[in-house]
Amino acid sequence: MPTPREIWETEFGAAPRRDADFETMSGIPVEPVYGPDNGDFPGQFPYTRGPYASMYRSRLWTMRMFAGFGTAEDTNWRFKEIIRAGGGGLSTAFDMPTLLGIDSDDPMALGEVGRCGVAVDTLADMEDLYADIDLGEVTTSMTINSPAAVIFAMFVAQAEKAGIPRARLGGTLQNDILKEYQAQKEFVFPPRQSMRLVRDTIAFTSAEMPRWHSVSISGYHIREAGSTAVEELAFTLANGFAYVELALAAGLPVDAFAPRLSFFFNAHIDFFEEIAKYRAARRIWARWMRDRYGAEDPRSMQCRFHTQTAGVSLTAQQPELNIARTAIEALAGVLGGTQSLHTNSMDEAMALPTEKAARIALRTQQIIANETNVAHVADPLGGSHYVEALTDEVERQAEEIFAHIEELGSGSMLEGAIKGIEENWFQGRITDSAFELERKVNEGRRIIVGVNAFTEGNDEEQIPLLRITNEDEQRQRKRLDAVRDRRDTSKVDAVLARLRSEAADPEINLMPTLIEAAQAYATLGEIMSAMGSVFGRHVEVPTF
Amino acid sequence: MAGERILVAKVGLDGHDRGVKVVARILRDAGFEVIYTGLFQTPETVAAAAVDEDVDAIGLSMLSGAHMTLAPAVVEAVRARGADIPVMVGGIVPDHDLEELTAAGISAVLTPGSTAEQIIDEVRRVLDAEMTG
Repeated sequence: MPTPREIWETEFGAAPRRDADFETMSGIPVEPVYGPDNGDFPGQFPYTRGPYASMYRSRLWTMRMFAGFGTAEDTNWRFKEIIRAGGGGLSTAFDMPTLLGIDSDDPMALGEVGRCGVAVDTLADMEDLYADIDLGEVTTSMTINSPAAVIFAMFVAQAEKAGIPRARLGGTLQNDILKEYQAQKEFVFPPRQSMRLVRDTIAFTSAEMPRWHSVSISGYHIREAGSTAVEELAFTLANGFAYVELALAAGLPVDAFAPRLSFFFNAHIDFFEEIAKYRAARRIWARWMRDRYGAEDPRSMQCRFHTQTAGVSLTAQQPELNIARTAIEALAGVLGGTQSLHTNSMDEAMALPTEKAARIALRTQQIIANETNVAHVADPLGGSHYVEALTDEVERQAEEIFAHIEELGSGSMLEGAIKGIEENWFQGRITDSAFELERKVNEGRRIIVGVNAFTEGNDEEQIPLLRITNEDEQRQRKRLDAVRDRRDTSKVDAVLARLRSEAADPEINLMPTLIEAAQAYATLGEIMSAMGSVFGRHVEVPTF
Repeated sequence: MAGERILVAKVGLDGHDRGVKVVARILRDAGFEVIYTGLFQTPETVAAAAVDEDVDAIGLSMLSGAHMTLAPAVVEAVRARGADIPVMVGGIVPDHDLEELTAAGISAVLTPGSTAEQIIDEVRRVLDAEMTG
C-alpha cells in the first residue's frame, strides 16, 4: 500500500511545472508541499489541502477581472484590451435591466442602462459584445442569473453564427438562482420555475457543451448581504447540494454534471477564518459528493472556486486604505488555494473603478504572485494548530446548518433550500448577522480604520472617480429600435408562442427554443415576458 | 417625538437591501415607526405609499448609481400629489452629485460609513427643519 506521500509524488511528477525558481530569497530550496508522509495531501480525498497535487507549481491562479459598461461595443473594446494585456479570461458584467430580464426601453430601466455593466437586449448586442474574439480559445464568464438561460441561448447563437460550434465553447454561467432569493435579490420568476430553467441549462450543457461550467455556486453575494463566514460557506454548499439533487431528479448521472459545477467565494478581512472557510469547503464538498450522492469521478468531489475580495470591507473614508485591505484579502484567497481571483479597486465604495484604480487592483495580485513567493507551496498553513482547529470548527458549524436545511426539506436539501427561501429563513439570518456586525461597529467593539477610529485624514481631498453619463442609455435605445425595425416580426411571434406552450410543460427542455428565439432577434424582455406569462413572478414579503 | 413615521424604500432595479434593512432596524430601535416598501418600487409607488401612510419623511436606499435619475423623480412624484414630505437618500453617492441632489429638493444624503448616531441625528434634523418650516 503506497503512503499518501508516495501517491502524491506520482501525481505531482505527472503534472506540468511552471518555470520559476522555487526557493526563498536566501536561496533555501522550497518543497511543493509540507507534512507527514501519512497525512493529508493536496489532490487527495477529501481535498482539504487543494484540489490538485501540484497546485500553483503547475499554474498560478487566473487573474480574472470583471468588466462591463455602456453598450456592447464599449465593452468589446475593453475585452480586447484585456486580451492584449494578457488577461487569462473574460468576465462579463451585465447592467441591472439585463440582470432582471427587461429591455433598455422599458420604463423601469430608466437611469440604469449600461451603468453597472453592459446592456444586452438582443442577439445583435451579443454579436457586438464578442466581435473579433475567438470564443473557441478564450474562456468567458457571464454573471447572470434570473435570465441566465436566455442570455446563454443568445451567447450560443452568436458563437455558432461566428462559426464556433457549441461543443468548443469554454466558460462559466453564474446561473445560481437560489442565492438571488437569499441575498442578491435580482429575482424574476418564483423559485420552483427558476429551478426548472437551471435544470434545463445543466441538462443542455451536460449533453452538448463539455467545456462549459453550468452553475457557479456563489457565496460571494450571501456574504456581501451580511452573512458570517460560516453562513456563507454553509448556505453556498447547501445550494450546491440542491442543484445536485435537482439534476439527479432529472435523471442525469452525478458524474455527468458534477465535474462542471464550480464555486465562487468571498475573501473578507478576517484572514485566518477565510482560509479555514476555503479548506472546510473543499472537505465538505468532497465528503457529501462521495458519501451522499455516490460520485465516483474525483472531479465531481473537487471543489474548485473563484474568489473576489470583499466589496463590503471597502470604506469611502481614506479610500487608499482599501488597497491594503484588498491585498490582505487576496492573500487569504491565495493561501486558501483559489483557482481564480478578482481584486476590487480602492474606489469601489463610491463608484465603478477608474482605469488606474483597476490597474492597481490587478497589480496587487501580481505582487502576491511574483514577489512574495507564497505560491511556491500548496496549503502552506496546513498543519498549523490554529488553522486546523478553525477548519474543523467551521466545518462543524456548517454541518449544523445543513442539518437544519435538511429538516426544513424533510430529508431533501433541494426542498430545504426552496422552503428556507419561501419561509424567509435564509434572508432573516443574513439580516440578523448584518445587524449584529453593525451593532459591534457602532459600539466600537469592532474597529474599522477611518470609520470609527483613526479618522484623522478623512477630510483630505478625494481621489478622482469615474463618471458615467446618460448618453449610453440613449445610444442603447437607438440600437434596440434598429433591431426591432429590421427583424421578421412574424418569426418572433411564432417562436414566442411556441416558448409559451413549452414553458407550460415542465418535461420539456426550453434551451433549443430559447436559442431559436435568440436567432429570431426576439428581445430579452419579450422572451422573459413570454415565460413569465406561464411562470408568474416572485414577490418578496418585505421584512427587516 | 416618538412615533414619527418614516418610509424607507428601494426604487428601481437595485436589489442591494442590506443597507436599507439595517437602517430600518436602527430607526425602529430609535423609536420611529418604520415602514419598508420592499424592492423594485417606482417613484410613483413610493410617493403613493408615503401619502397613503401619512409619513413624516422618506428615506431612499440607492446603490446602483441611478440616484441622479430616480431620487429627483421621487421628489417630483411627492410634490405632484400635493404633499410636502422630505426625501433623504442613503447609499453610494459621490460628492460631485451632492449639489445637484440638493437643488432637486433632496433634504439629506447619508453615505457609507455613517454611524447609527449620525443617521438618527440627520433624520431628526430633517424632521425638525420640516416642523419649523
